[in-house]
Amino acid sequence: MSASADGIVLDIRGVTKSFGEREVLRGIDLGVREHEAVALIGASGSGKSTLLRCIDLLEEIDDGDVFLDGEVITDPAVDPVAVRRRLGLVFQAYNLFPHLSALENVVLGEMRAHGVDRAEAEERGRALLARFGLAGREDDRPDNLSGGQQQRVAIARAFAARPRALLLDEVTSALDPELVGEVLEAVRDLKGEGMTMLIATHEMSFAREVADRVAFLHEGRILELGTPEQVLSSPKADETRRFLRRIQAN
Amino acid sequence: MPSDRRLEREAAKRRRHRRGQAIAAVSSVVVLGGLATLILTSPGWPEVRETFFNWEVFKESFPDVLRAFWLDVKIFLVAEVAILVVGLFVAMLRIARSPAMFPVRLLSVVFVDLFRGIPTILLVFLIGFGVPALRLDGVPTDPVILGAIALVLSYSAYVAEVYRAGINSVHRGQRDAALAVGLTERQAMRHVILPQAVRRVAPPLLNDFVALQKDVALISILGPLEAFREAQIIESLTFNFTPLVAAALLYLAVTVPTARIVDRLGGTEGAVR
Repeated sequence: MSASADGIVLDIRGVTKSFGEREVLRGIDLGVREHEAVALIGASGSGKSTLLRCIDLLEEIDDGDVFLDGEVITDPAVDPVAVRRRLGLVFQAYNLFPHLSALENVVLGEMRAHGVDRAEAEERGRALLARFGLAGREDDRPDNLSGGQQQRVAIARAFAARPRALLLDEVTSALDPELVGEVLEAVRDLKGEGMTMLIATHEMSFAREVADRVAFLHEGRILELGTPEQVLSSPKADETRRFLRRIQAN
Repeated sequence: MPSDRRLEREAAKRRRHRRGQAIAAVSSVVVLGGLATLILTSPGWPEVRETFFNWEVFKESFPDVLRAFWLDVKIFLVAEVAILVVGLFVAMLRIARSPAMFPVRLLSVVFVDLFRGIPTILLVFLIGFGVPALRLDGVPTDPVILGAIALVLSYSAYVAEVYRAGINSVHRGQRDAALAVGLTERQAMRHVILPQAVRRVAPPLLNDFVALQKDVALISILGPLEAFREAQIIESLTFNFTPLVAAALLYLAVTVPTARIVDRLGGTEGAVR
């Protein structure tokens, strides 16, 4: 599998989504290029999570389309399971499987969805956990892990099958402040490897450091899109300036 | 060397503990002793002791009642396994989402409403006497089997609802996460949702198992010689109710241990400490 001719892995075109009367996404256009990390910033309720869930086909969009490597994935005729197998999603609340060990969490998808045999999946899973600083915790249940450790297991789980793109939904928002760093380190690591990523985040310094581009979402639209320097240091829109001021005040 | 303040606290804690134990002991003696006195001094007690708690009759009848009780044990072991399977199957049908499954979903709702809504004793009666009356080839006519089928139908309806409650109690995020790693809906159910649901409903399932252990006695209305029936027969020959007490003790011997397991699974609430 490879990116489409223009190097775009994820292409979001004119996507809208409503829940009942509430319009959450009002026409989103965004292309994420191969090896690129795009940070999605914006207030709670601006549609960041919904956009990521729509891309992973956990929600059905109303209008527009999303393309993965040049193929439409939001067509009703497309098998959502096959699409999800090419994407990775990390949730804000980790959503680890509590009845499974850290290692079993990581290998479940590989074994059941990708048909990798247990020995091979476990070998890779162990290596992946070790890479994210979790060597020796393979057999622990999520309950016995700190929030930061759980989220690193969740990142390993999403990355295990080497997805074409990784979607990260505010992966540090549920964490105690002192645990944020270790999770961001894992994301930095994946970025270093050239992983294509769409990262919803509230960590502006992290967005500045890791993202190649930053998109500011406001009331279901992308109001501003550019390099971190452009969007975070010299924002054009009033809404962006107001949002950044509020974030900094905290 | 602990501080005086700490020693003082520990002494107070010990005093409180001792006082609690003393109160529990006194209140137990008063309540249980009062109850015993009430029964033992009642005007009819000598006759009751003779007809319900006759040691000679007990010794005489116990081996027969015990032998009959094995039938109860066999029935409820087989029925329980069948109930766990049928109940899960009915629950799965009920939560199936695809439009093609609509009639099946409807049938599972009817199944639950019907078999949960009819008194178990009536169901045993209807199936035990109704099915053989059809005189169909290959359909069992053995009252033990028919009685067991009636119990399985009745209890599966309850157990299906227990499973369904368990499945619904698993957070939506679990399904999302299972789908996100590439599982199909069916795999998500099998590997992520069901294992969590079953663990959660183990105590209520065992609770239904306790109820089933007693309800096996209902099969006696069809004639099989299980413990209650056997005890009744001896009673009608000797005009002494002690065999029924013997049967009651046998039922307790299986239901009480199961109940303690339920307590352990559900934490310690409800357990006698």
